[in-house]
Amino acid sequence: MNSALLKKIRIGVSALFFILFTFAYLDLSGFAVQKLSVYVTYLQFIPSILKLLSIISIAATGFIIVTVLTFLFGRVYCSSICPMGTLQDIISFFARKLNNKKYFRLNKEYKFLKYSLLAVTVISFFSGSLIIIDLLDPYSNTGKIFSNLFRPVLILVNNFIAFTFGKANIYFLYPIETNGFSIAAIGFSLIILGTIGIMSYMKGRLFCNTICPVGTLLGLFSRYSMFKISIDKGACISCNLCERVCKAGCIDKKNKLIYFERCVSCFNCFEVCPKGGISYTTSIKQTGNDTPVKIDNKKREFISKTFLYAFGLTTISFGQIKIIPKKLSKIQNLKKNTVSPPGSKSISHFAGKCTACHLCVSACPAQVLQPSLWEYGFTGILQPFMDYKVSYCNHDCLICGQVCPTGAILPLTIEQKKFIQIGKVNFIKDNCIVETEGTECGACSEHCPTKAVQMVPYKNQHLPEIHTEYCVGCGACEFACPVKPYKAIYVDGNPVHQTAKEKIEEKIKQKVDLKSDFPF
Amino acid sequence: MDRRDFLKKSVFLGATAGLAGSLGSLTNVLANTKFYSPKSYDLVAIKGGEPAVMFDKAMESFGGMKSFVKKGQSVVIKPNIGWDVTPERGGDTNPQLVKQIIKHCLNAGAKDVYVFDHTCDYWKKCYSNSGIEKAVNDAGGKIVSGESEGYYNDVQVKSGSTLKNAKVHELILNSDVFINVPVLKHHSSSGITIGMKNLMGVVWDRRFWHQNNLQQCIADFASYRKPNLTIVDAYNVMKRNGPRGVSKEDLITMKSLIISRDLVAADAAAAKLFGTDPEKVDYIRIANEMKLGVMDLNKLSINRIIM
Repeated sequence: MNSALLKKIRIGVSALFFILFTFAYLDLSGFAVQKLSVYVTYLQFIPSILKLLSIISIAATGFIIVTVLTFLFGRVYCSSICPMGTLQDIISFFARKLNNKKYFRLNKEYKFLKYSLLAVTVISFFSGSLIIIDLLDPYSNTGKIFSNLFRPVLILVNNFIAFTFGKANIYFLYPIETNGFSIAAIGFSLIILGTIGIMSYMKGRLFCNTICPVGTLLGLFSRYSMFKISIDKGACISCNLCERVCKAGCIDKKNKLIYFERCVSCFNCFEVCPKGGISYTTSIKQTGNDTPVKIDNKKREFISKTFLYAFGLTTISFGQIKIIPKKLSKIQNLKKNTVSPPGSKSISHFAGKCTACHLCVSACPAQVLQPSLWEYGFTGILQPFMDYKVSYCNHDCLICGQVCPTGAILPLTIEQKKFIQIGKVNFIKDNCIVETEGTECGACSEHCPTKAVQMVPYKNQHLPEIHTEYCVGCGACEFACPVKPYKAIYVDGNPVHQTAKEKIEEKIKQKVDLKSDFPF
Repeated sequence: MDRRDFLKKSVFLGATAGLAGSLGSLTNVLANTKFYSPKSYDLVAIKGGEPAVMFDKAMESFGGMKSFVKKGQSVVIKPNIGWDVTPERGGDTNPQLVKQIIKHCLNAGAKDVYVFDHTCDYWKKCYSNSGIEKAVNDAGGKIVSGESEGYYNDVQVKSGSTLKNAKVHELILNSDVFINVPVLKHHSSSGITIGMKNLMGVVWDRRFWHQNNLQQCIADFASYRKPNLTIVDAYNVMKRNGPRGVSKEDLITMKSLIISRDLVAADAAAAKLFGTDPEKVDYIRIANEMKLGVMDLNKLSINRIIM
C-alpha cells in the first residue's frame, strides 16, 4: 500500500474519533451526546471489557476488535482510537510547530515502572477495586479532562455570549447554570493534563509507553502481531529521518531496529523514508529477529505468579466484594449510604465497573451526577454519585444509562426507571419548617414525583408524611428542602437498588356539569 | 428564524388571527344578545369550549387584546411550566391557550412576546414536554430560559411585610405588558395554586419563601408588579397530588377559563371553581387584606359565559 496513504488514513480516523469524542463531552445542548456516545465509546478498551462483564451484548465487544487489530497490525488503538493519544499528538504537533528543531529521539524504556503499573492495575482489578483503572485508564482520564476542565471553560464562554446578547433582548443562546463544583475532579484532571502535556511536549508518546496500562498491555499483545513495522536494513542509508519523526521514540537508528512493542502505528516513518525502506512485514517468516527478545525466565515466572495470585484473589474476593461507602458525619441523621445512579443495580456493581470517565456527568441534564470524593470510600474516588445538594434526578430521564460505556450504569426503559428505588426518603421532623416555624412549606411534597411525601394536617398547617414504599430516591425532596445546613428530609442510598411500589389511585370522582352556572 | 422569515410569519399570523377575531365577534353577536360594554368588566369567566376558543370569546368582553397591548410594546407571558409532564397531565398551563394568547398579542401589534418560567424540574425538559416551547415557536413568540441567576435582578418589595427583597427575571422588569397564565391545581404547600402562586416562577430564590412564611411571601410578592392580565387555565384541573400530579387520574375536566385584570379576584374566582372558599386560602385572604385586589366577587362586574 502507498505508505503516505496509510498515514493520511490514520490521521483521518484519529480526527474523526477525536471530534466525535469532543462533541459527546462538550455538547451543551444535550442532543449530541445521546446519539454520539456509542460511536465514541464502543471501541474504548477498558470500558468495553467492563461492559461485557455487565451485559452480554454486541455493544460490549469493542475490546475484542481492538485486540484482534493489535494482533494483526500493532497498537492502532493507541494511534487512532484512544482520545488521550490524539490529545498528546495535538500537543506534540504544536510543540514541534513552535520549535522547528525539536526532533523525536529514541526514548528510554522504563520497563520496571511500566510493568509494575500494569501489574498493579490488573491485580487491583481482579481483587475487586477499580481505583487504579479510575486513575490510569486513558479514555476515562481524557473524559475527566474534557468534563471537568474544557466543559466549564466552554460554558463560561457560552454564558458570556448569552448574557451579552440577552442585554439586547436577543435570546438565541441560553446561559447554563452550573451548580456542581468538584475540586478533587478538577485537581486530578489538571494533574493528568499537566503530566501528558509536559511528557508529550518533551517526548511524544512517552506517557503511552511508560504509564498507560492499556498501552503496556497492547504492547505485550503487539509482540505477537502478525504484521510488524520494520526497517529494511539493505535499503537504509542511515539518514535518521525516521527516528526524528517517531513520536513513540521506538526507532533505534544505530541498530536499525524498530521496537514494535512501543510503536503506536502512526506511520510517520513510512512517509519520510526516502528509500521507502520502512513497511509492514509479516512477522511469521522473520520469527521476531528484528525485535530483540531475550527470554528471561525470572520475568515469566513473575508474570505467571502475578496472574495466579490475581485470579486466586479474585475467586476469594468475588463473594465478598462489599464496598460500604461512609460519609464523614458531623451530626446525627447523615446518610448511611451514598446514592448511586439508577441502572447501576447496586453500589458494589457500580463501584466495580465505573472508570470515572465522567461521560454521564457531562450528559446529565439535571447535573445531579457529580464526581465523588469520599462518598464511595477511597477506592471509588471520582466515580460519580447522586449529589442532591446540587440537583435531583429527573423522573423521565434515561441518559446516564444510555451513554455509560462500561455498563456501570445499565440502560433502562422508562417503565423500569420509574420504579427503581435507588434510595429511601427519611424525614426529621425537628428540622422541618412546619415544626420549627409553624408556617406552611411543603416544598418536598411539591417536588415529589410519586407522592411518597405527602402533606397531612398538623397544628393548623401541613406536615410531610413519608411513604417509603413509593419512594424512588430521586432526591427532589432533599434538594427542594429549604432548611440549612442540615435538611429536614433526605434520601439515604440503597446499597442494592430495590423496586418501588406503584401508587395506584382511583380516578377522581367529581361530576362536572358544563352547562350549570358558575359557583360565583 | 431570520428576520425575513419572522416578518412573513408575523404577517401571516396577524392576518389569520385578525380574520379569526372578526369571525369570532360575529358569532358572539349572534350568540350573545345581551348588551355589554367592553372594558368595563373586572372579570370574565367562560366554560364549555376548547382553550383557544374560550380565550377568543372571553377577550371580546375586554374589547380584545388591544385594550392591554399597544403597538410596538413588549409582552412577557408567564405560564406555569414548572414540571416535566405532558399536557394531558395538567401539571403545566395548556399549550393551546399559551399559543392563542401570543397570537392575540402579536395581532394587537406587540413588538416581541416573551415566554419563560423558572421551572422546578429540569427546564429544557419542562419546556419541551409541556408542549409550550413548540406552541410559542409556532405562534411567533420567543421562549427564554429562566434557569440562570444572571437573568435575575435584585428588587425591593416595598409593601412586603416578610418578603422585602427578591431577585426577579429581567423580562418582568423590562417588558411593557405582563400577562400571568397560571393553571388551576391542587397544591401541597399552599392548598391550591393559581395566579399569585404562579408568580413564584419569576423569582430566583424560592427557598427563602418556603423558609419564611410561604403564604405571606406569596401575598407580599403580588404587590411588587401586578400582572396586567391574569388568565387562569382551568381546562383540566388537578384535584389531588398537586402541583406535579402522579397520573391523569388526578384530574377532572372543567373546560373553564377565568380572565381578570385583578390578580386577587382571578384567584378568588378560581378557588371557588375549585371548590374552596377563597377566605380559607391564606395568601388570597392576606392579599385581600393588603388591598392588592378584591376577593369579594360580589363587588365585581363579572361576565359569565357558558358555551
